[in-house]
Amino acid sequence: MIRTENLVFEYIRRDEEGNVEGITRAVDGVNLDIKPGQFIAILGHNGSGKSTLAKHFNALLYPTEGEVFVDGMNTEDDDNLWNIRQEAGMVFQNPDNQIIGQVVEEDVGFGPENMGVPTKEIWERVEESLNTVGMLQFRKSSPNHLSGGQKQRVSIAGVIAMHPKCIIFDEPTAMLDPNGRKEVIRAARALNDVEKITIILITHYMEEVIYADKVFVMDKGHIEMSGTPREIFSQVDKLKELRLGVPQVTLLAHELKKSGLPIKDGILTKEEFVQELKRIKGI
Amino acid sequence: MAIILDHVNYIYDEDTAMAHAALIDVCLNIPDGQFVGLIGHTGSGKSTLVQHLNGLEKPTSGCVFYDGKDINDSDYDKKSLRAKVGLVFQYPEHQLFETDCFKDVCFGPKNLGLPQKEIELRAYEALKQVGFDDEYFYQSPFDLSGGQKRRVAIAGVLAMKPEVLILDEPTAGLDPKGREDILNLISKLHQEMGITIILVSHSMDDVADYVQRIIVMNKGRVAFDGAPKEVFSHYKELEAIGLAAPQVTYVMQELKSAGFAVNTDATTLEEAKNEILKAFGKC
Amino acid sequence: MLRDITLGQYYRADSVLHRLDPRVKLVATFMFIISLFIVKNFIGYIIAALFLVTGIALSKVPPKFIFRGMKAIFFLLFITMLFNLFLTPGKELVSFWKITITYEGIKMAVMMAIRLVFLITGSSLMTLTTTPNNLTDGLESLLRPLKAIRVPVHEISMMMSIALRFIPILMEETDKIMKAQMARGADFESGSIIKRAKSLVPLLVPLFISAFRRANDLAMAMEARCYRGGDGRTKMKPLIYAKTDYMAYAAIVLYLVLIVVFGRILF
Repeated sequence: MIRTENLVFEYIRRDEEGNVEGITRAVDGVNLDIKPGQFIAILGHNGSGKSTLAKHFNALLYPTEGEVFVDGMNTEDDDNLWNIRQEAGMVFQNPDNQIIGQVVEEDVGFGPENMGVPTKEIWERVEESLNTVGMLQFRKSSPNHLSGGQKQRVSIAGVIAMHPKCIIFDEPTAMLDPNGRKEVIRAARALNDVEKITIILITHYMEEVIYADKVFVMDKGHIEMSGTPREIFSQVDKLKELRLGVPQVTLLAHELKKSGLPIKDGILTKEEFVQELKRIKGI
Repeated sequence: MAIILDHVNYIYDEDTAMAHAALIDVCLNIPDGQFVGLIGHTGSGKSTLVQHLNGLEKPTSGCVFYDGKDINDSDYDKKSLRAKVGLVFQYPEHQLFETDCFKDVCFGPKNLGLPQKEIELRAYEALKQVGFDDEYFYQSPFDLSGGQKRRVAIAGVLAMKPEVLILDEPTAGLDPKGREDILNLISKLHQEMGITIILVSHSMDDVADYVQRIIVMNKGRVAFDGAPKEVFSHYKELEAIGLAAPQVTYVMQELKSAGFAVNTDATTLEEAKNEILKAFGKC
Repeated sequence: MLRDITLGQYYRADSVLHRLDPRVKLVATFMFIISLFIVKNFIGYIIAALFLVTGIALSKVPPKFIFRGMKAIFFLLFITMLFNLFLTPGKELVSFWKITITYEGIKMAVMMAIRLVFLITGSSLMTLTTTPNNLTDGLESLLRPLKAIRVPVHEISMMMSIALRFIPILMEETDKIMKAQMARGADFESGSIIKRAKSLVPLLVPLFISAFRRANDLAMAMEARCYRGGDGRTKMKPLIYAKTDYMAYAAIVLYLVLIVVFGRILF
């Protein structure tokens, strides 16, 4: 679905007079191959380059070196631009700054309008997308009256209405409270499970990635770790070094292991944890 | 210098179609030097509540006393109150405006009408207290990372030498390491300066390890008020109002019901670890 | 105070007025404003009032909500009335000190007040019953002929609709920034004009920075959703006149005839 080859992105820092101060390499030699239908998580602390990387996936940024292919199309080829943006939708961090419409349904229709979809079909798509994210009853509401989680679900519906094959979530939960975070992650997982849409979730919340098929951890512009959530979370010390936390139960298991209990690595949920303790105790 | 709220009610947008009660019959007593966590999800009234403590909002009925005096009396000096009860808002972007960090921190003391030398001394001291490096003093606050911006914002309030420091969601939008750094800083300020701290958050995980007392707000009312252990023992009720207790609370509950001899009032990782080790006869 | 401004706010309801084509409403509002300046006598104002009241009744917007917007312009209204009251020459009624109130002055002040109130009520009624998107669609469609002389009609209407969407957000943000600075001892209310203007710097700098950031984010979000200007764009809600719209046009024409005949020619 998305493939990058030796992707490098540099930008030039300038001082107030516009003189060049230096060059920052935000993404540094990234090779990724994301298969259709996968749920991918990209982790990293603020400033690790994960959002810059994500903006390459739908041609909002172009590589300084290397190449990015979306569904086989090179993002640097101008002829592909609108196809790429239709196939790889994007949900951003700030719920207020990505809703264009004054009314929920008008916002969801914005993408299809831009694509030149006939009026009748726009209505069908809007209805179907709002239904998918469970926001149909708010179709006539003003986005200003919705909660953060609801606003993000509207943004997701706006992307689904474009019938993408892949959705990139760029820290969609960073500005939400725990309830809103759950809403958004649940919606993302459902899209992956039911609609088989490829999901790329960028986040720094560890609890959100435990259901991913594969996790990439970024640091200083390159991929530092990759593997299943279990493989990643069994390396607690390494994660801490990369300025990341781990779910509390994973940490607890890790601490207990250090104190001499024979617990296996990479415990992700409390159910697993209780099971594991039962096994050790022999009950 | 205790803060006392006596039957405080606040109706938002009174006399309009959108009128709704943001605070309902809130009675609280916050003694000198306490470290309090104020928890609630978006719209629970927690932000409105803290704005009553320094007189930014005025109760529709009821009284707020600081140091035994009603702060909404017509002859009460609100300006000096705001120096004594310092409030740091959620986003540092809402208060940073000067060309460099040092000048920005000077803004508060300058408003108090202090002599220039005293202003600069206080600004320097405040920046040191938040662990801000000298080399960034004359840098624009807009070029800083999220965590550093927050430090400058906190220093901006500390420079007024408050007796009470209120922080509204100081960790929102920070990555795990950034969150931990800021929380450690706040805890350090409490210990070293002995000032009262009110930490507003929607995350139990954030506050559980640090605070002495937790006040839970729900729909404008105080739902729970007590030591962390006491509040978390109501984890089922907390769940019902959309707030989760720290993950270890659940783990301990499940272990207990699975037949382990553990004490369920462990709320921090350390306590949980010791309890489990005890159950396994390891210490 | 900021919350009192109803102009530019949409009131959600299902009424004939809400369902009318925005072009009809724009034309009607425009004609209504013109009519207010045609009228020369009180009969004309009664006709205008009837027209307005019918509109309000049809809109299902609570009158309380419409008149709340008046609070914001009350000061303007007051000044206008004072000026007209004291500065219109004519037959003297009362005179004290250096001030003279004339019969014409009273008449003029009342007329101006009515005009202003009607004008604001009429325009609020339009914005209250039309979603801003709908409004800009209507404007875009009415102004389309100007495209021939290279006026970027689509871009202008898109800019307007985005501005309208962000007004409430920026207002809320202004409130938050004010509070954050007040918590640091800032004072926006007292002092000389120069001091007050200076005190706005800590408010305006964060506000502008935030607005630019939002603009940047929004531009990116729009591009990500395939926005590329007005060409080749379809409409989710294309404007098509229905029977009621033609009837509304007829009503407007009738109103104009009545107002010209009774408000200007006959009396």
